[in-house]
Amino acid sequence: MYVTPENTAAGQDRFVGHSSWFRYSSPQTFYPLAGKLAPWFAVAALLLAAAGLYLGFFVAPTDSQQGEAYRIIFIHVPAAWMSMFIYVIMAFWAGMGLTFNTRLSGMMASALAPTGALFTFLALWSGSLWGKPTWGTWWVWDARLTSELILLFLYFGFMALQAAIDDPRRADKAGAVLALTGVINIPIIYFSVQWWNTLHQGASVSLKSAPTMATTMFTGMLVMVLALWMYSIAASLMRVRCIILERERDSQWVAEYMSSLK
Amino acid sequence: MNWASWSDFFAMGGYALYVWGSYGVVFGLLAMEIVLLILRRRSILQQLDRMRSAARRGLQ
Repeated sequence: MYVTPENTAAGQDRFVGHSSWFRYSSPQTFYPLAGKLAPWFAVAALLLAAAGLYLGFFVAPTDSQQGEAYRIIFIHVPAAWMSMFIYVIMAFWAGMGLTFNTRLSGMMASALAPTGALFTFLALWSGSLWGKPTWGTWWVWDARLTSELILLFLYFGFMALQAAIDDPRRADKAGAVLALTGVINIPIIYFSVQWWNTLHQGASVSLKSAPTMATTMFTGMLVMVLALWMYSIAASLMRVRCIILERERDSQWVAEYMSSLK
Repeated sequence: MNWASWSDFFAMGGYALYVWGSYGVVFGLLAMEIVLLILRRRSILQQLDRMRSAARRGLQ
């Protein structure tokens, strides 16, 4: 690979250093900021989860049709939403990295992937445990479940591809192409319950109409969504700090940072 | 209040396996992710520290 000012660490920081818009796209400036923010997001996640679980288990009434089994909704729907949100954000950062050639963007995309994959698995897991008592089956190859499973494989593919390429900048580019191509799967997951006949129920919540569920159920679910958002931000900030240290280990600022820890 | 007693709460109207099986795995795996991230950070810092002392020995 030939060396241009943009793809050396020093050149990159010079390239982005003067514009305030790009200021935090330098790993060196973002690293301490992420360290300061992560604990706050973690605390917010814990408080919101406590509030959401309280609403979900103690305030929201028993469902007339599903009994107590429906309470899985307070974790299943938030996990499923996060699996899709995180994918879109991951693809956004990957695309930013391709467009502006900023190092931090690719690191953000890599930091989001494991958390996104985890939520995809958890959506499938909790969905399966919800499907058994309500549909009578753990799994069915219908459009919603299959497209969510494909999302899990997209995350795995992204991580495997990045792990297989030694040069991190090239790994970022290859991963970005895969991540951006896979975005097509997100509207497929979302609209699958409308486009195909499926066992999975339609959306209980939409922008156009009032939610088709009791207010306390809806509030509990939204608070859990917020809790998982805060969790995801905290986890990806923690992971991006690890990635920054791993990738920038030979730089001067990491050496200075290591001395400052002593 | 939905529950007459704690055992009523844990029974989840007969759906305990499904409800607690969902919540247990979700919170278990999320906690595990955080623990793994803390361990990952610790191992990088140790590694960088070793690199640094090796470099210092090389200079002497």
